[in-house]
Amino acid sequence: MYKTEVRGTLIKGNKNYHQVSSDIIAPIDQPIPLWWKAAFGISLLAVVYGIVAIYLTVSIGIGTWGVNNSVGWGWEIINFVWWIGIGHAGTAFSIFLLILRQRWRTSINRAAEAMTVVAVGCAALFPALHMGRVWLAFYIFPYPNTRGPLWVNYNSPLFWDFIAISAYLLISASFWYFGMVPDFATIRDRATSKVKKAIYGFFAFGWTGSSREWLRYEALSYVLGGIAAVLVVSVHSIVSTDFAVSVIPGWHTTIFPPYFVVGAIFSGFAMVMTLMIIIRKLYKFQDYVTDSHLNAIAKILVFISLIMGTAYASEIFIAWYSASDYEFFTFFRNRITGDYAFEFWAMIICNAIIPQLFWSEKIRKNLTAAFIISIIINIGMWYERFNIIVTSLSKDYLPSSWTTYNPTWVEIGVYIGTLGLFVVGVLLFFKYIPMIAISEVKGVLKPTSQKTNHHD
Amino acid sequence: MEKKYYSSIESLTGKTDTSTSTDNIEKSFLDLLREEVATKSTSRRNFLKLCGFTLAGAALASSCENPVKYAIPYLNKPEEVTPGASLHYATSYYDGFEYNSIIVKVRDGRPIKIEGNPHSPISRGRTTQRVQASLLSLYDGTGRLKEPLKDGKPITWNDADSDIIQRLNDISNTGQQTIILSSGIISPSSKALINQFLSKFPGRHITYEPLSVTGHLLANKVNFGITGIPDYLFDKADLVVSFSADFLGTWLQPLEFAFRYGQSRDLQNGKQKLNKHYHFETGYTITGSKADERFTMKPSEELGLILQLYDEIAHLAGQKKQPTKSTLPIIKKIATELWKAKGKSIVLSDNNDPSVQLIINSINNTLGNYGQTLDLDRLILTRVSYDNDMEMMVKEMNDGKIGGLILWNCNPVYDYQDSEGFIKGLSNLKLTASLNSTENDTNQHFRYILPSPHYLESWDDAEPKTGIFSLTQPAIRNIFNTRQAQDSLLAWMGQQTDYFQFIKDHWQNNILNSSTDTWTDALQKGVFEKPVSTSGNGYSEGILYDALTSIRNSVDSKKIKQLEVKLYASIALGKGNHCNNPWLLELPDPLSKISWDNYASVSPKTASINGYKTGSIIKILDFSIPVYVQPGQADDTISIALGYGQKNIGKPGSNIGVNAYRLVNSQIDHRSLFRQIDKPIILEGEYTLAISQKHGSLEDRPIIRETILKKYLENPESGNELHREFEEKHVTLYKEVTFPGHHWGMGIDLNKCIGCSTCVIACQAENNIPVVGKEEVLRSRIMHWMRIDRYFKGSPDNPEVVYQPLLCQHCDNAPCENVCPVSATNHSNEGLNQMAYNRCVGTKYCINNCPYKVRRFNWFRYATNEKFDYNMNSDLGRMVLNPDVTVRERGVVEKCTFCVQRIQAKKLEAKMENRPLEDGEILPACVQSCPADALIFGDLNDPESKVSKFYKEPRNYHLLEELHTLPSIGYLTIVRNKEEDQV
Repeated sequence: MYKTEVRGTLIKGNKNYHQVSSDIIAPIDQPIPLWWKAAFGISLLAVVYGIVAIYLTVSIGIGTWGVNNSVGWGWEIINFVWWIGIGHAGTAFSIFLLILRQRWRTSINRAAEAMTVVAVGCAALFPALHMGRVWLAFYIFPYPNTRGPLWVNYNSPLFWDFIAISAYLLISASFWYFGMVPDFATIRDRATSKVKKAIYGFFAFGWTGSSREWLRYEALSYVLGGIAAVLVVSVHSIVSTDFAVSVIPGWHTTIFPPYFVVGAIFSGFAMVMTLMIIIRKLYKFQDYVTDSHLNAIAKILVFISLIMGTAYASEIFIAWYSASDYEFFTFFRNRITGDYAFEFWAMIICNAIIPQLFWSEKIRKNLTAAFIISIIINIGMWYERFNIIVTSLSKDYLPSSWTTYNPTWVEIGVYIGTLGLFVVGVLLFFKYIPMIAISEVKGVLKPTSQKTNHHD
Repeated sequence: MEKKYYSSIESLTGKTDTSTSTDNIEKSFLDLLREEVATKSTSRRNFLKLCGFTLAGAALASSCENPVKYAIPYLNKPEEVTPGASLHYATSYYDGFEYNSIIVKVRDGRPIKIEGNPHSPISRGRTTQRVQASLLSLYDGTGRLKEPLKDGKPITWNDADSDIIQRLNDISNTGQQTIILSSGIISPSSKALINQFLSKFPGRHITYEPLSVTGHLLANKVNFGITGIPDYLFDKADLVVSFSADFLGTWLQPLEFAFRYGQSRDLQNGKQKLNKHYHFETGYTITGSKADERFTMKPSEELGLILQLYDEIAHLAGQKKQPTKSTLPIIKKIATELWKAKGKSIVLSDNNDPSVQLIINSINNTLGNYGQTLDLDRLILTRVSYDNDMEMMVKEMNDGKIGGLILWNCNPVYDYQDSEGFIKGLSNLKLTASLNSTENDTNQHFRYILPSPHYLESWDDAEPKTGIFSLTQPAIRNIFNTRQAQDSLLAWMGQQTDYFQFIKDHWQNNILNSSTDTWTDALQKGVFEKPVSTSGNGYSEGILYDALTSIRNSVDSKKIKQLEVKLYASIALGKGNHCNNPWLLELPDPLSKISWDNYASVSPKTASINGYKTGSIIKILDFSIPVYVQPGQADDTISIALGYGQKNIGKPGSNIGVNAYRLVNSQIDHRSLFRQIDKPIILEGEYTLAISQKHGSLEDRPIIRETILKKYLENPESGNELHREFEEKHVTLYKEVTFPGHHWGMGIDLNKCIGCSTCVIACQAENNIPVVGKEEVLRSRIMHWMRIDRYFKGSPDNPEVVYQPLLCQHCDNAPCENVCPVSATNHSNEGLNQMAYNRCVGTKYCINNCPYKVRRFNWFRYATNEKFDYNMNSDLGRMVLNPDVTVRERGVVEKCTFCVQRIQAKKLEAKMENRPLEDGEILPACVQSCPADALIFGDLNDPESKVSKFYKEPRNYHLLEELHTLPSIGYLTIVRNKEEDQV
C-alpha cells in the first residue's frame, strides 16, 4: 500500500482500482436514501423561506431588514463574510496541499472544493441583495457606457471585492470542474442508462484517458492551482479591506488582511471537517476518509485557533496601546464589556478556547467531539464577523448616533435561505458527483513502482 | 433616392403605436430574443449576441421605468407667472400664540417655502419652527375643512348665510347675545369689523387662548395702565433672571427673543461681553439649557423664590423690610448681582398669577429696568386674552343668557379644561357656527361649519407690537370651498364689500399716512412701521401690597401632596394647533429627542423612588401617559407637554399622545399650568417612545468644546487647545486639493445655538425630506438631513445641556467618497460633497464610513406609499415639494447638499447681472431660518467673507478634526458665564 512516513496508509481496506471506482460511484448508482430525501425536503423549505425573504427585500426595500442609519450593514454582510470564509477551505485545502504535494489531500479535496463553490455562490448573493437598488447592480461593473463615460470608482474596496469574488468564484469553479473531468468519464463509461451516459458524457468533455490528456490535465491543475493559491490569499484580504480602508474604530486596522485570511481558512477547515464526518458516516467512506485525515485537520485547526487567539489579543492590545479613545471604547467598552459582550465572549470561547481541546488525541479521535467542535468553530466565526461589523458601527465616533441593531425575520430568512441552498447544493453533490476524486485516489492507492492489479 | 427623416421606427414603417410604455420596448427585445433562439443554431457568436440583448434589455427595463405624465401649458400666460421662476409674497403668520412676518415662496402657483421677512423688525428674515411648518398645513387634505356644512351635510354659502342671518336676527330680537369666540386677534381691521358686527347684532367678542399671559396683562394694567406687555430687550440686558419662562422656545415672542439673546451671547469678532443668565425651572426647556446657571424648582416653590428675591431687592433698595433669614444663598447672590446691574437686567416669570407678575414688575421697577431693558413704548400685543372671559361665558351659556356662538379658530372642547361645561352650554344656543379652518374636536358640536381658508389663502392685517403693522395676503387661491371668517361676518351684516376692500379702506383711513405712505408699498414689504411717542415710566404700585400678602399667605399654607404636575407648550406643537402637521409631529423635542408623543417627564430620583422608568405607563387623574426619565427635571414633579391627544383633527395627528389640558388648574382670575396630584400609580404594560437620540453622554470626547468666560478672557483658545494641535499636525501624503473658484463653508456658533430645531424643519421643507413615522424613528431611520445633537453633562439631577447642529460636514477629504464603488458621491470643485442619486446603487458603505453619521438611506419608497401616509402620499400633499430638489427613490442614499439649488440659483443670478457674488447672498435653508443667527454660510476662498473670519476665530474647531476629514463646517466653542467649570 501507499504509505508515507508520517501518515501511514492513506487508503485503508486493501482496495483495488475497481473497488475504488465502485465504492465511490456507488451513491450515484444506488437509489436515493431516505435521509437524503428528508434533508433535501427540509433544505428546500429553507430555500423557499429565503426566496420569500429575498422577494420582500427586493420588492419592498432594505427597510424590511433591521439595519438603520447608523448600522448600515448587518446580517447580510456578516453572512457574506462568513460564507466567503467557508468558501475558502476547499480551494485553500486542495491547492496548498497540491502545491506542497501532500497527497493525502486526495480523499478530501473534491468535497472541499464542491463546498467552496456552493459557499461562494451563497456568499455572492449578499452583496447583490444588500444594494438598495439591486436592479442597477450592473453599475458596479466597469462597462463602456455613454454616461460621460461614467466609470466605476477604482478606489472603492467594494469594487475590489466585486472583482476578487468573481475571479475567485470563476477559478474555484473551474478548478473543481476540471478536476472532475476524468471522474465524469469514469461514470460515463460505467453508466447503463442512455440519459446518464449522455449527461455525464457531456460533462466529461470527451475524455478518453490518453497519456496526452493526463499530461495536460496535470499541467492545467497546476496552473489553475497556482492562480487560485494567489486568489485564496487575495480574496479575503480584499474582503477585509472593506473594513480596513474605512475610518471606523474597530474596522480601521492593519491586521485585518492576514487576520481575515486565517480566519477564513479556520472556518473553512472546520466546515470541511463537519462535512467529511458526515460523508464518512453516511456513505461509509471510512476507508477513504480515515481517522488520520480527520486527525490532520484537527491539528491544523488547533494551530489556526492559536493564530486567531493571537490576532484577537493583538487587536485588543493595539486598541489600548494606540491611545485612541475611540478604539479603546470600541474594544473595551462595547465588546469586552457592554452591550455586545455576549457576542465578543462567544467569539473568544468558540474560536480561541474550545478548539484547544484538540491538543488531546482522545478528542481528536472522538468523531462526535470533533464534529461538535467543528460546528462550534463555525458559530464562533459567525460571531467574529458580527463583532467586527455590528459593534463597530453601533457605537462609533459621535455618541448621538449610537444605536443598536436587531435583525428582522426577513434578513434572518435570507440567511436561512442560503443555509438551505448550501445543503441543497451539497446534497446534489453527494448524489450526482463522485464525492472523492476517483482518479486521484487511485494515484495514491499504491506506490507507482508497485505492480498493479488492474481489473478495469 | 429622397432622404427620409424619421423620428421613430414606427413613423418610418407607417405603423402607429402611440404607447410610450416601456413594456413595448421590452417586448420587442424579447421578440428579438425569441427569433434568435428559434431561427439560429446556438453558436458562440449567437450566444454572445443574446447575452448582449439580455444585458441591454435589463438595463432598459431598469432605467426607463417612469411613466410619462403630461403637463398642460397655459394658453395665455399670466403676466406675472414665469414657469420655473419663483414669486415671493410678503405676508404674516399669527395664530393667537405667536406672530411672524414672513415671505412665501410661490412656484408655479403653489407656495413651497416660508421664509422670514427681512423687512420686519420682528422677524428679521427668520422664522420659528412652527411657522416654517405651517406651510404644510395648507396642503393638509385630512385636517382641513373643505366645504360649508349644516348638521354635517353640505350646504351652499347662500343658504347658510340666509339661515344664519335669520337666526342672528331672532337672537337680537329676543334680547340675547351673540358671542364671537375667537383665538387671539391682533388685526386692527378685524377688530373694527367685529365691532361693526356686534353693533348690528348685540353681543360680545371673547378672545380665548388656552395658553394666555393673563397675569402679565392684568399686572401691567394695574402698574402702567397699558394693555400689552413691555418688550423684553435681551440684547441690552447683562443679567437675566428667569423663573421658568421659556422665552427662547415658546413663551411670548421666541423668534425675536432668540435673536436678541443670540446677540448677547455673541463673542465673535473680538467681543468680550456675555450676558449672565440665571434660570429656575421645573422641566428642562431649551431656555434653561442655555442658562449659565440653572436651578430646578417645584412649581409651588416659585412664589417663595420670587418673594425672597423681592424682599432682598427691597432691602437693597433701602426699604425697611428685613429679608427673612431663610433666604436661599443663591437668591441673595442673584439679588446682589441684580442690584449691581441696575437698569441692565431683566427679571421675568411665566407665572400666570397676576399677583406674581405685580411683584415681578415691582422688582423690575426697583431695578430701573423699565425704559432700559423693558420697552414700554412698543408693547407686545400678540397675547390678548383674559382667562376669566371664557369662564364667564361658559357660565352665561349655561344660564341661557347667550343665544348664538360664532367660533373662530379655536378648539375649546379640546383645550378648555371644563369642556363638558362648554358642550353642555352649547345645547342652550339657537345658533352655533364654527368658522374654524381645520377639523378639530369642537366642530362636531356645532350646527354650522363654515370653514375659513388657510392663512396663506387669506387677507388680513396685524399689529403685533405698538405701531408695527403688517399685512397678510393670499399666496394661492382657495384650494377648497372656503370663505374667510371676516367675509362671512361681512356677508351676515349685509355688506357688499369684501374683506380685502375693508382692510384697504381701514388702512387708508386709520393706519397709513395718506400723504407719504402707499398701500402697495406696505403690501409689497409686508410690514409698516409707525413712529411711537415715547411715554414716561408711569409705574404705580397699585395693589402690590395685597398681592404680597396673598402670596405670603399662599406660600405659608402650602398644601403638601406627593407630586406636582407642570404643563408646558412643546417646541413642536405649541398650543396644539399644529397637531396634524407631520413635519412637527416628527420633530424630536430638543431635550428628550422624542417625537410622535407627549410623555410625563420625571427626574431620575423621582423615577427610582417611585419605580418608574422610561416607558412605564402611569395614571394621572383619569388618563394614562408614558413616563420619560428626564435628567434635570425637578424632583417630585412631572412635566407634560400640551397640544397632543386630539381626537378628530385628521390623519396623522388624531390620537397622538395624551390631552394634558384636562390638568389645567382654574383659579379665580387666571388659569395656571401646574397642579398638585397624588402619586400616580403604575399601570400594566410598557410604552415605547420614539427617541431619536439614544445616547446622551459625550463620553469625554472632544466633540463639543466648552469653556467659561473667565478662562476665555484669559485665553480665547481655552477649551479649544486641541484645534491648534491638529492644525499643526496637518500633513498629507497626497496632493492637497485646491478649489480654484469658490469653496463653500459654514460656521456654527454653538454659543448662540439654542437648539430650537427651526433649521431642521426649514431643511425638511426646502429639501423634500420625507416623514417616516414613529415606527421608523424607533428603528433609527429618521430622515432629517440636519439634526440637533443634545448631550448632557454633569450630574443627572441638574446636568448642563449642550446642542450641536449636525449636518453633512462636506469634508474635503471625505471618507464617504472614496468608498463608493460607483462614484455616486463625489466632491465638487467648489468643495461640496455631492450625491448623484441616479448613480447610487445603495450599498450603504458611505453611511457606514461617515464618522458623523449624517447620511440617510431611503429604506422604503417614502413618496406615494400607503405605508407612509403623510404629505407625500397625496396629490395635494405633494404640492409642497420643492421642484428644485429631487424626490429620492427607494434604495438611494441622501444627505445635506448645502442647498446646492440655492447656491446655483444665486450664482446664476449674479452671472446674469454680471457681478460677483456678494458675501451672505447665498443662504441655505438652515442658515436663513436660524432665529438666533447661529449659522453663517459663505465662501472660504474670500478672505473677507464672514465665514473666513469665522474660521479664524480662536474658538473655531472642526468636528473630529483628528480624523483629518477636513470638514467645511466650523464650530465655535461654548462659553458659559459662570465661575466654575462643571466637572
